[in-house]
Amino acid sequence: MKTFCPAKTLLIFCAAALTLVGCKPADGGGSGGGTSDAPIKVGEYASLTGKEATFGISSHEGTLMAIEEINAAGGVLGRKLELLTEDTQSKAGESQTVVNKLIARDGAIAILGEVASSRSLEAAKVCQDSKTPMISPSSTNPKVTESGDYIFRVCFIDPFQGTVMANFATQTLKAKKVAVFTDVKSDYSKGLAKFFKERFVANGGTIAVELDYNGGDKDFKAQLTAIKAANPDGVFVPGYYTDAALICVQAKQLGLNVPLFGGDGWESEKLTEIGSDAVEGHYFSTHYHPDVGSELSKKFVENYRKRWNGKTPDALAACGYDSAIVLVDGIKRAGTTDGAKLREAIAATKDFQAVTGTITINPQRDATKAAVILQVKDGKFKYLETVAP
Amino acid sequence: MSEVLQQLINGLALGAIYALIALGYTMVYGVLRFINFAHGDVFMLGAFAGYFLSPGINKILPPQSYVGGALVLILSMIICAGLGMLIEYLAYRPLRRRPKLTVLITAIGVSLFIEYTCQHKAVFGAAPRKFPELIPDTTWHFAGLVLSMNQVIVIITTLVLLAGLRYVVNHTKVGTAMRAVSFNEQAAALMGVNINSVISFTFGLGSALAAAGGILFAMNYQSIEPLMGVQTGLKAFIAAVFGGIGNLPGAALGGIVLGVVETFAGGIPGLSNYRDGIAFAILILVLLFRPAGLLGKLQTEKV
Repeated sequence: MKTFCPAKTLLIFCAAALTLVGCKPADGGGSGGGTSDAPIKVGEYASLTGKEATFGISSHEGTLMAIEEINAAGGVLGRKLELLTEDTQSKAGESQTVVNKLIARDGAIAILGEVASSRSLEAAKVCQDSKTPMISPSSTNPKVTESGDYIFRVCFIDPFQGTVMANFATQTLKAKKVAVFTDVKSDYSKGLAKFFKERFVANGGTIAVELDYNGGDKDFKAQLTAIKAANPDGVFVPGYYTDAALICVQAKQLGLNVPLFGGDGWESEKLTEIGSDAVEGHYFSTHYHPDVGSELSKKFVENYRKRWNGKTPDALAACGYDSAIVLVDGIKRAGTTDGAKLREAIAATKDFQAVTGTITINPQRDATKAAVILQVKDGKFKYLETVAP
Repeated sequence: MSEVLQQLINGLALGAIYALIALGYTMVYGVLRFINFAHGDVFMLGAFAGYFLSPGINKILPPQSYVGGALVLILSMIICAGLGMLIEYLAYRPLRRRPKLTVLITAIGVSLFIEYTCQHKAVFGAAPRKFPELIPDTTWHFAGLVLSMNQVIVIITTLVLLAGLRYVVNHTKVGTAMRAVSFNEQAAALMGVNINSVISFTFGLGSALAAAGGILFAMNYQSIEPLMGVQTGLKAFIAAVFGGIGNLPGAALGGIVLGVVETFAGGIPGLSNYRDGIAFAILILVLLFRPAGLLGKLQTEKV
C-alpha cells in the first residue's frame, strides 16, 4: 500500500532542518558588542534538581543575590547584568549541553558554575574551546582549572582540603588508623581521598582499609562491615551529602562507633535531615561559616536572610556569591566584556575582599584561602577551627 | 568469622528484597511471556505510597508501631496492585495480539514515563527524601554481630509473602487459572478461564509484592527518590533470569543468591566498586552452564 519515496522523505527532512535553523534567536551572536546598553549576559549552570540539588540551589541563591545587588547599585560599565540559569539535574553529560547552549545560543560572556567537580570539568572544556571565562564557585578538584587558562575558581583545592583533614585526624582526633571510603564515580571524592592518604601517612598514620562505593548507591552495609572488621579509629568519607548521610546511618546500625569525617561535600541540610541522629558528632571541612568572618561576611549573612526568607547561608551560597562579585570586579577592571581581556583581568585578581575571605587568584587560577572545620551538633553545623593555607 | 556472618545477614536482607521484586518479573513472564520493565518503577511507587501514607496512619496509631507499619505496608500493596492493573489495562492490554517485541518496548516506555513524571517538581521532585521510621529501631548485639529489627522484619515478611504466594498459585482457583493460562492461553480460554481477569490479577499480585519490596527497602535504607527502582529493578530482573525465568521458587532463590554474592563482593577491598559487575559476571557464568537458570527447565520451542 504505502510506498517509500526517497525524494519526498528528503524534502520533508530538509524542511524540518530549515525550521530548526529558523528557531535560532535573532540576538544569537550579540555577545559583548558593547555598543548598546543591553544587559550583559552572564551564564550560570547549577544542579537545581537531582542528587546534589541543595548544592545547586544554595550556590544559585548566592549568585543571584550578588547579581541583584550589583544591578541595584547601577550595574557595571553602565549596563545591567542578566543572569541566565540552566539546570544540570545533577547528571553527567548535562553540563556540557547546557553550557554550550548558554554560550552559543544565548550569548553569555562568562560562565559561573558548578559545585560538583565532575560537572565543572565537563563544562570547562566547552568554555575553554570557546574562550569564554568560567569561574567555578566551589569545585575543589585540581583538574578543573587545569582544563585551560580561561577556567578559574574562587575556592581552595583538594590537596589543601585533604591535607587539612589529615592533620585534623592526626592532631585533633588523635587517630592512628583510618579507613578511607571513596565514591569512585566522583573526581572530587577520588582527589580528596588521594591527598588525604598522602598526608595522613606522612603524619605517621596508617590506612586501615580502603573501600569504594558508587555515588547513588543505597546499600553500604557490605563495605561498612569490612571497615568495622578492620577496627579503625575513624573513617574518612570524601563524598556528597546524600551518600554520606546514608553511610552514617548504616555505620550506626552496624555499631561502627568511630568519628566519620569528610569534606565540603557534606554541607547540606539534607545531611542532617536524612542522617538525623546518626550524623551527630561527625566532622567536615568547608569554605566558610556564618558565625566567623569579616564585616562584609556579616553583611552578606544579613542580606541573604532578608532575601531568602530567613535562610542562613551555607558555604556554597557564600562561594556562589563570591564567584559573581569576582567576575564583576574583573569586568570592571577590564573595561570590556571581551573574552581575552576579561580573562586577563580575572587572572590579575589580588587581595580581593570577598565573603569567604580575601581572594588572590594564583598562577594556577585557584584561590588561596583558609578552610574551616565544622562538627554536627544538635542537628546544626558548629564551628570548630579555621586552618590557614 | 563474625565478619562473614555479618555479611551473610546483610546479604540475606538485601537478597530478600530482590526476591520479592523478582517474583513480579517472573510471574508476568510466566503468564504473558514478556518482561514488564515498569516493574522496578512500581517498586519505587510503593515506597512513595508508604512515605505519603505514614503521616496519616500516625494520626490514628502511635508512630513507630508494628501495627502501624503493617498497615502502611498493606495499604501500599493495595495501592500498587491497583496501579499495576491500571498499567496493564492502559498500556499492555491493547497490544495483547501484537508481537511480544512491541509489548516489550512499550514496557520500557512506560518505565521511562513513570520515572520522568515522578521526577517533575509538581510530582515527587528529583531530590532524595528521608523515609519515616515505621517500626521501633531495635538492634541486637551478640558475639560482634549486629542484627537490626528492620533486617529481621525484611526476612520474615519475605518468607510470609512467599508462602502466601505459593498458596495462592498452587491451591486456589485463580492460581490454577494462572497456571492454566501460563501453559496454554487458548486452551485455558476454551475451558472457560477469563484470560483478561487472570492477567489483571497477575499484574496486581506482582505489583503488590513490588510495593512490599519498596517499603522494606525504604525502611532499611531510609532514603527514597524517583530513580531508586532503576538499579534495584535491574538487579531483580537479573535475579529472576538467574533463578530461571517463569519459575517462582527460582526467582526467590535467585534474589537471595544475588544479594549475598553482591554483599560479599562489596566487602572485599579493591573489589568493592565492582560489586555490581561481579554479580553480573556470576550470572553470565551460570547461564553458560545452565541456560535456563538455576531452577528453570529448558523447553524446546515448537516451530
